[in-house]
Amino acid sequence: MELTEFVIKSLVILVIFGLTLLIAMYSTYGERKVAGFIQDRLGPNRAGPFGILQPLADAGKMFFKEDFIPAQANKWLFIAGPCLAMLTALMTSAVIPFGDSIRYDGLEVAVQAVEANIGILYVFGIVSLGVYGVMVGGWASNNKFSLLGAIRAASQNISYEISMGLSIVAILMMTGSLSIREIIEQQHGGNWNIWYQPLGFIIFITCAFAECNRTPFDLPECETELVGGYHTEYSSMKLGFYLFAEYINMFISSAVISALYFGGYNYPGMDWVYAQLTSAFGDVAGHNVATLIGTAAFFAKALFFVFFYMWVRWTLPRFRYDQLMNLGWKNLIPLAILNIVITGTGVLFLKPIITALLN
Amino acid sequence: MLSDFGIILLFILAAIVLIMVVLGASRLLRPNRPNEEKLTTYESGEEPLGNANVQFNVRFYVVALVFVLFEVELIFLFPWAVVFGNVDLIEQTDGRWGWFALAEMLVFVGMLTLGLAYAWRKGYLDWVRPTPQVPHTPSPVPPALYEQLNEKYAPKVKVP
Repeated sequence: MELTEFVIKSLVILVIFGLTLLIAMYSTYGERKVAGFIQDRLGPNRAGPFGILQPLADAGKMFFKEDFIPAQANKWLFIAGPCLAMLTALMTSAVIPFGDSIRYDGLEVAVQAVEANIGILYVFGIVSLGVYGVMVGGWASNNKFSLLGAIRAASQNISYEISMGLSIVAILMMTGSLSIREIIEQQHGGNWNIWYQPLGFIIFITCAFAECNRTPFDLPECETELVGGYHTEYSSMKLGFYLFAEYINMFISSAVISALYFGGYNYPGMDWVYAQLTSAFGDVAGHNVATLIGTAAFFAKALFFVFFYMWVRWTLPRFRYDQLMNLGWKNLIPLAILNIVITGTGVLFLKPIITALLN
Repeated sequence: MLSDFGIILLFILAAIVLIMVVLGASRLLRPNRPNEEKLTTYESGEEPLGNANVQFNVRFYVVALVFVLFEVELIFLFPWAVVFGNVDLIEQTDGRWGWFALAEMLVFVGMLTLGLAYAWRKGYLDWVRPTPQVPHTPSPVPPALYEQLNEKYAPKVKVP
């Protein structure tokens, strides 16, 4: 019994790893296709039908490229940098609930690696650790461009982390739970948090862009000023790790956005669908099919936000550094504090009135 | 049976194994022919000058310090936010709990906001704005002549 549970958990972990990596891989393809679409050209179309094998070719290239560690660099930290970035990116997906649960042989297995009761705090903590990967790699390269890029990245990440945390606090005030599954369950039936937290959502998504170092916040790798930023000296698989970590972070942050603000695996009319399916296929199979539909809804929402990242990348120009800092410290933090105050008074004052009106 | 954090440990181990395998595989597959030129630090094609641990703007340290303050504030806010809307506590105190918690937190956040306002007022949050320098070259040709020339040869834009 214990062994089966262990095996199932290991399988779930492997599946989540595989899925995250697969989505990150195909995000690179998606990015180039979206770029092609927006810039009115074709994008990759040589490897396989519609260029569908392009990510595999890219990965193969990463494996076969020569890799050198600069003579001036600190060797171990130079290797540790990209590994840390990749590790922190991979770890975040552990607590994200991708779906309800699968019933199998009397067991009920949640579609989630770990049901941690501090889920969102865990995600927040690991995201904060992500800055070490960039900082260690940039410092160890012993290159002026890398060092400046790394310092910029660190400074940018910590500045936007505060507003991100404050916007999460506003969500927690409404839900009263740190567990992501619990937050999703409370949004059941179109009761999505986006209706109550529009300002918080805008703050959160802006900070997510900054945390992932995506355009318009990609100053750490700003090629017109810093060559390649913190990964100037990197080549081969280590560079691949940095780029891959960025795409994984993109997917994870999209998944968190869809879970916190857009109801996760909830979709309109899911109760009706659930009743229909259980009456048609029985309790077990119907439940599993309903879970799969919910998971599909979750991925549809998350992938929409991945697309949104790409859309913004090819639409907005990059900020200047003083603009970035002004936006982070002088606009987003006061707005986020204001959002907390509004949410607090809303929960205390409006919620009793509305519930009294509805009953 | 594994606890939640045991599974997270399993997750970390799996991630480390994955990274090791990928790095190891690429080490076996790739060529390795370093030479002195390849191993120099990249500095836009010039010979690298000195060590890269250069001085950088002191503002980065100030930002880091202010960040620590706010991050600690966040750590205090997380548990507060979880119990803030607690229905049981509100019912037990006839609704006074929520107002009390909100007022208390307003005092706490207010002080930190004052700190932010202080740093803002003192200019610690201001970053140097780049001032574009217009190059000035002494030339015997008066600027008006250039403008005439530009106007004469400017491409005629057709308005559709």
